[in-house]
Amino acid sequence: MSEPILQIENVSKTYGARRTLFGRTAEVQALKDVTIAVHKGESFGLVGESGSGKTTLTRSILHLETPSAGRILFEGQDLARLSPADLRRLRARVQIVFQDPYASLNPRMSVRDIVTEPMLVHHDILGLSRTQRTDRAAELLSLVGLGPQHLSRYPHEFSGGQRQRICIARALASGPELLLLDEPTSALDVSVQAQVLNLLCELQDRLGLTYVFISHDLAVVRYLCNRVALIYRGELVEEGATDAIFDAPKSAYARMLIGAMPEARVRREVS
Amino acid sequence: MAGPLLRIRDLHLTMTSFDGAAHVLNGIDLTVQRGEIWGLVGESGCGKSLTGLSISRLVPTPPARYIRGEIRFEGRDLLQLPMREVQTLRGKRIGMIFQDPTTNLNPAYRIGEQLVDVALAAASHDASVLDCPADASRREKRRAARRLAGDMLDRVGIPNAKARLDNYPHEFSGGMRQRVLIAMALIGRPDLLIADEPTTALDVSVQAQILKLLKGTVADHDIGIILITHNLGVVAETCSHVAVMYAGNIVESGPVEEVIERPAHPYTQALMAAIPTKQSKRGTLKGLGGSVPNLVSPPPGCRFAPRCPLAVAECTQALPSAVEVGTAHHAACIRVTGTEVASDV
Repeated sequence: MSEPILQIENVSKTYGARRTLFGRTAEVQALKDVTIAVHKGESFGLVGESGSGKTTLTRSILHLETPSAGRILFEGQDLARLSPADLRRLRARVQIVFQDPYASLNPRMSVRDIVTEPMLVHHDILGLSRTQRTDRAAELLSLVGLGPQHLSRYPHEFSGGQRQRICIARALASGPELLLLDEPTSALDVSVQAQVLNLLCELQDRLGLTYVFISHDLAVVRYLCNRVALIYRGELVEEGATDAIFDAPKSAYARMLIGAMPEARVRREVS
Repeated sequence: MAGPLLRIRDLHLTMTSFDGAAHVLNGIDLTVQRGEIWGLVGESGCGKSLTGLSISRLVPTPPARYIRGEIRFEGRDLLQLPMREVQTLRGKRIGMIFQDPTTNLNPAYRIGEQLVDVALAAASHDASVLDCPADASRREKRRAARRLAGDMLDRVGIPNAKARLDNYPHEFSGGMRQRVLIAMALIGRPDLLIADEPTTALDVSVQAQILKLLKGTVADHDIGIILITHNLGVVAETCSHVAVMYAGNIVESGPVEEVIERPAHPYTQALMAAIPTKQSKRGTLKGLGGSVPNLVSPPPGCRFAPRCPLAVAECTQALPSAVEVGTAHHAACIRVTGTEVASDV
């Protein structure tokens, strides 16, 4: 197996008790001693129900949240030890696609502005001129199945699936190696979801990307990911190859989740 | 045998928009019997929610206008009834559950108070809902209503239900709030329950429990349910029948096993092909090209024709009518004939 691109080592996160208008809130342990390694070029599925700590983990990977304990390493570098300048440079290599394409695009920015913004932010690394940026934006749009004619349009002119393609193009703009996909298809209809999933597969094959795919939709995870980790209440319950987990889940939680998964086929009940 | 619980016939609904009148429901036919769970599936904007809302007359007119058709609930046409009478049905004989349990509970009142209010309102219509004599004092009624509220919460699987009546909605999780709404919908002992995406906002494990609960309700009370969803998996696991909608039309309907195992309409087939299954190989899912038609000026003939892989010239001539393709299994497509499916499918 290739070397890990992302290592999460014994990460815990506790949100402290706060004093509010109504008294003190209890301490919340969002992550408990989570250890995961994601390897170059793989699709790693992170599955958990609401409140399981998926989002906290994602935010920690982006270093938007500092773990209370443990380390997160990107290509062997500890995120917590990076200087702000190094961290900013690293962010060009780790990008995220959010769940809701209706909320994650600024309605006042044209598609050109949206897709070229990461190139401006990371100008010191990419060093693209204005025209080069526009060319690159057009190239990215055709990569995700849109075209240069869409550059001067605004988000409201696009359907949900097209918007998610714009979000993907934006995430690819800084030339990342690791993409965090936070439920990228759960706001889309199935027919559109299928197109976006195929696009993600194709992009991975072409660009050699590594995916961390966060989802609660097990069918989508089974389709896209080669390895899966299940988290429940902040703890890693089970981790392994997708087929192994779906065919022979070891933990009771995994069995329950897989059993609860609605499948579009007729289940003959044995009486 | 008595008539059907609900019969929708040739329902046409238009909505006034800035661009003109959008023909959002275009001849819906649907019959629901007691004991049946009908799944209403389709993509966003296909009219599935509007069909559900029309049954409880919750579609504001204007901007909506019912061009023609009827919605008969136990033989009475809901579209002709005065609103006052519709209100005696709504929430009592016809219950509704919506997608987002958070916005449907009042955050400022305790769960118990909200359930008691519904119980008392239902009792004003049918005194037998509360297990107490009709001439009981208000205090006794209230006590009976609270007892009923506790029982209902218990029935929908909320642990320690009696004590939780005094909780506020924010103290409940999403799944539990949805259970509260189901309890609320069932308090008036409805004969027809319309559940509009009741599990979309919930986790799969909670979803499985809620769906089981709905199934159990049909078995216990012999009611009819219309389950509106976009998830064919949910339909396959829960429903007895399914109607697939596309752009304001029901394109295929029938018993769930029939439709899932032998989808006849090209749209249903495309929907099925877009769902990732255990067998689907990476990168081989079939998406559906194109987008949902504009309903202000819909394409002529079959509304699915512009995206249909099997479309031929005749498809744009007239709206296809439903043909029987199996036992009680209908599909509205000219490329599907009788019990034979077009050969090049």
